[in-house]
Amino acid sequence: MLEIDLALTRGDFALEAHLSAPTPGVTALFGRSGCGKSTLVNVIAGLLPGARGRIALDGEPWLDSERGIAVPAERRRVGYVFQDARLFPHYTVRGNLLYGAPGTPRAFDDVVALLGLAALLGRRPRALSGGERQRVALGRALLAGPRLLLLDEPLASLDISRRSEVLPYLEKLRDAFAIPMVFVSHQFDEVLRLGTHLAVMDGGRVVAQGDLASVSLAPALRSIVGHESVGAVVEGVVSGVDANALATVAIGAGSRLRINAPGLVPGQRLRLQLLARDLILATEEPRGISVRNHLQGTVRTITHDAGAELVEVDIGGASLLARVTTEAARELGLTAGQPVWVLVKAVSAGASLPA
Amino acid sequence: MWGFGETELAALGLSLAVAIRAVAINLLPAVFIAWLLTRRRFPGRLMLDAFVHLPLVLPPVVVGYLLLLLLGTRGPIGGWLDRQFDIQLTFSTMGAAVATAVMSFPLMVRAMRISLENVDTGLEEAARTLGASAWRRFATITLPLMLPGVLAGAVTAFAAGLGEFGAVITFVSNIPGETRTLPLALYTALQSPDGDATAARLAALSLSLGLAGLLASELLARGLRRWLGK
Repeated sequence: MLEIDLALTRGDFALEAHLSAPTPGVTALFGRSGCGKSTLVNVIAGLLPGARGRIALDGEPWLDSERGIAVPAERRRVGYVFQDARLFPHYTVRGNLLYGAPGTPRAFDDVVALLGLAALLGRRPRALSGGERQRVALGRALLAGPRLLLLDEPLASLDISRRSEVLPYLEKLRDAFAIPMVFVSHQFDEVLRLGTHLAVMDGGRVVAQGDLASVSLAPALRSIVGHESVGAVVEGVVSGVDANALATVAIGAGSRLRINAPGLVPGQRLRLQLLARDLILATEEPRGISVRNHLQGTVRTITHDAGAELVEVDIGGASLLARVTTEAARELGLTAGQPVWVLVKAVSAGASLPA
Repeated sequence: MWGFGETELAALGLSLAVAIRAVAINLLPAVFIAWLLTRRRFPGRLMLDAFVHLPLVLPPVVVGYLLLLLLGTRGPIGGWLDRQFDIQLTFSTMGAAVATAVMSFPLMVRAMRISLENVDTGLEEAARTLGASAWRRFATITLPLMLPGVLAGAVTAFAAGLGEFGAVITFVSNIPGETRTLPLALYTALQSPDGDATAARLAALSLSLGLAGLLASELLARGLRRWLGK
């Protein structure tokens, strides 16, 4: 468990963060630029003095201002991957990788293989591309044997194609090592792919936290991702795939969602976001319609949001969000507790799959 | 007229010896002061900064005079050195080196500071998260990356030190073979009625040494920057 309970004032910026995240796992810190994500990460790393409060990893305090504990950064054993890589220019890639590792650690070959660095070992950082630099920075942090990996927008300085070059490595890392990670991002699709736990920050505070499915419903998230991008996150397992790339995914307690996405295999775990604006609500099951998913559920809440209504529907263990006009909500007479059908196009659900 | 005689060779040798010693005396303190002024915030920082730069604005004769007061055999530090270690700086080559060191100290600090200001503190932070102690960070990251400035400072100070005049002649006088460096020999030659040719040769020598020093400094810095991967 990573426990954080902090207050820090720097100039006119105040950070006040209360956060507890399961370990191992990937805690995504999500928010707009300037919301205090990087500041929080720097305080966790011990690079910013002046914070008051408590930080503890698996019960061991790194900071406890009441008891006068403040472990210096160099003894916290955090692996920090900075936005700008920060490779040492006068060291080769090999030298960078080994900087934080005494001798040549046994994991060296594994990390080099995992991150595809073998061909780069003799080069200097200036001869690397942006994506290669971030991979070396990842390897360097890993080889120092960290107890916690901090990733401060490691993809933000990369263009789209470089991002998709590095992202799979981050996923491999998450799955191959049981190192707790804190991943800072202002891109929700990255959070969707990497995060297991989500903390939303706004104005120096953690305004929502929890697993992705529950935080995806949080009102605090809506204005940050933008109203067009609001949508419930659901997790499930592919139970079958037919010849036309129409997959059946088991979600919640017995609901089945059919999605159109090539390349899925039975047994695969999926996390997908169903955008609220793509969902249709009906008070009776429609007939003669191309929409593949007719999910039966119950209206849980209706909230007015940005000139329309956001309706949260419980479909048996999972929640979906649908955005409908105020007029439609009135015409259907939507109220909490009412049974409804949620219509989800298989093609739009497939499109929102994390790439 | 270009044949170098004993006078010129003695003055050249002495100048080289004085300049090298001055650089050696200054090197570590200059790195430390440059680091202190760039990377630390403490009360009295501005005062220290001004004090370090004093020799640039003071007349060299004043510096020589102050050294005489402090380090002369009857001065507080000079007297102590004399009693404890039987060391007399006045009228000695070592004294000339000390006077030259004081005069060129701000040149070294300046070059090192510029270089240190360009060392990304983010790299030191990265080293810190990788478990490096303050000493290791300095030795493996900060110092290597500021080396071009250290080198440039040392070479500039060396070149300038070959020609320090005012502070040297005031503090350690003008003794042939002991403190008569190139500029002092040049000055002496100008005082004598038949010294014109010697003066010209000494001037040409000073000029080429200064030029060579500055060129060497630039070339070395370039090579170092390439080696540092910049």
